[in-house]
Amino acid sequence: MSVKYAEEYRDPEISRKLAEQIRRISRRNVRLMEVCGTHTVSIFRSGIRSLLPDTVSLLSGPGCPVCVTAQQEIDAFISLSRIENVIVATFGDLLRVPGTASSLERERAEGRDIRMVYSAFDALDIAKKHPDREVVFLGVGFETTAPTIAASVLSARDMNLENYSVFSAHKQVPPALFALMETAGVQVQGFILPGHVSVIIGTKAYISFFEKHRIPCVIAGFESGDILRALFMLISRIESDKPQLENGYPRAVTFDGNEKAIKIMYEVFEPADAVWRGLGIIAESGLEIREAFARFDSKRKFGIRACESDVQPEGCACGQILTGIKTPPECSLYKKICTPMNPVGPCMVSTEGTCAAYYRYYE
Amino acid sequence: MKTDKILLDHGSGGRMSHQLLIDTILPLFDNPILSRLNDGATVDIQGKRLAFSTDTFTVDPIFFPGGNIGDLAVNGTVNDLAMCAATPLYLSVGLLIEEGFPTEDLEKILKSMKAAADKAGVQIVTGDTKVVPKGAADKIFINTSGIGLIPFPLDIGSDKAQVGDKIIVSGTIGDHGIAVLTQREGMDFDSSVKSDTVALNHIVKKILLRTRDIRVFRDPTRGGLGTALNEIAEKSGIGIRIYEDKIPVKGEVAGICELLGFDPLYIANEGKLLVFVKASCAEMVLEGIKTDVFGKDACIIGEVVSDHPGKVLMETRIGGTRIVDMLTGEQLPRIC
Ligand code: SF4
Repeated sequence: MSVKYAEEYRDPEISRKLAEQIRRISRRNVRLMEVCGTHTVSIFRSGIRSLLPDTVSLLSGPGCPVCVTAQQEIDAFISLSRIENVIVATFGDLLRVPGTASSLERERAEGRDIRMVYSAFDALDIAKKHPDREVVFLGVGFETTAPTIAASVLSARDMNLENYSVFSAHKQVPPALFALMETAGVQVQGFILPGHVSVIIGTKAYISFFEKHRIPCVIAGFESGDILRALFMLISRIESDKPQLENGYPRAVTFDGNEKAIKIMYEVFEPADAVWRGLGIIAESGLEIREAFARFDSKRKFGIRACESDVQPEGCACGQILTGIKTPPECSLYKKICTPMNPVGPCMVSTEGTCAAYYRYYE
Repeated sequence: MKTDKILLDHGSGGRMSHQLLIDTILPLFDNPILSRLNDGATVDIQGKRLAFSTDTFTVDPIFFPGGNIGDLAVNGTVNDLAMCAATPLYLSVGLLIEEGFPTEDLEKILKSMKAAADKAGVQIVTGDTKVVPKGAADKIFINTSGIGLIPFPLDIGSDKAQVGDKIIVSGTIGDHGIAVLTQREGMDFDSSVKSDTVALNHIVKKILLRTRDIRVFRDPTRGGLGTALNEIAEKSGIGIRIYEDKIPVKGEVAGICELLGFDPLYIANEGKLLVFVKASCAEMVLEGIKTDVFGKDACIIGEVVSDHPGKVLMETRIGGTRIVDMLTGEQLPRIC
């Protein structure tokens, strides 16, 4: 992968002007939600909040993959790591997430074989290198990560690898948007839709949501300029009462998305009901491994029960934070008991978590 | 908070490391020299002022673009001494090697240690080698300790920053951390970022020839610039204001950070100097740093202020303001 730096979208002058325009046109009090955790962090890091008028409140949504993973699933990850002969391969972000009684990081310190990887294919390599061990990859993420993980399952099948399996805790964004709008207490007048997810699923994936709720939605990139432009678009739509679904990230997102990736994803996974932290069970919002790939499904292989309920650590308001009903300072544990060093809920752990972002950047 | 097991984060150089030091180490060994918690200790022996420091190195992978664990280990201790405004003189080297380690790699590492020592103008005068059974250590760990002479008394340290001081950084930040990270197994970047590992004693010397009105020298290694600034703000009881557009970051480093969701402010450096200097001397010091090949990109990145004591605030490039906190836990790549 070669890395280009998107300097032009970071042009401070453009951002300053956009912020100025927002201050000029904003009259109504609006609550806008950035669905994706990467946006949350980018907003804090670039200091966008300090440039917005008082009329605009930004809320973070259920778009941090680690944060929406249910407690029961975290517990299942941990119990998997305790099985003799199992190597658990995971994205680093999950390591510190507290389950009911432990975390993967703690289990690793206890001597379990838990390895941090950057992609499912690293996990596949581990499986190849250790034919006598069972390698379980913890598949957490949205439509962005699911296709790569699906591809790893296809490779495992092609190589006839018997000791590789995936614990799919994947989730899809559009069903969560529907659920969010139906959750009591949620008040949002516009959405900044995720950039990376939309690269895969395309603008079209949000049409039915938009048609049902007629709420302004803009897909945005991650530079400060991208986000401010999306905010400007949303606020103009709200001020003029002309809701629209718009693509504010056309340099990366198309109408149809990445059809190849979508195809691979649905070849291996099928939509299934899933439990989201904070939102509960959402129909058809998860991605489970299809019957045809059953031997690569950790849940079937190790007889893990489907996650059924959304229990949360006592006192932790992650559920309300993921729906924008509360902000972290409104959680009684925030900064007092719950800190990144001693996190109570996942929102304080993940790089993308709202509580962690507030802890680091909010005064 | 004390945990019953040591976690990897306790070695990250951020808040957890700090906590371990405060909770577990300091209470046992507390003495006025140690408790200053500077990069190296300063001791007076029969009229001479010496700086004394030690550091242990583990890095994965051990060879990376721009260096290897060997020059890293030499430069690291040289720099700790230089941060006490000392002229580094002698180093010791302890090697802990895993059984089966290729002799050829060891030779490569030793050669670069020698080269680094020569460049820094120090001698390796004592050492020790231990070999442990396969699996009892990961390839090779190196400890270096060093002593240096402090030529004239200077009142510097992380607790000496004063309101009005200017803050200078000697070049682009985050190079080392990103160079190492992109070499890790599974990281699929073809980047040209090289580690910045280098001895800083020559730059320090150039500065001290120009002025003695220095308050703090720091090399922001693990935990990065953000963590170093926080420690200084806390210990000196002052506020720090920095400007994002003044902080030098290579385009490629910024790009990789963005992809992984990292903040360059918390990425390790191994050859960057952070200086707090009396405002009236700042330009002079900046010029001095710039005369060095390793200081070409030096910049004044901010100043010490009286409001928000103990905190670091950054004016962002788009004109907003945000807090820069200490690193809590290793930065981990985000999912997606
Ligand atoms: S501050 Fe901690 S306890 Fe409160 S909602 Fe956030 S993660 Fe949960």
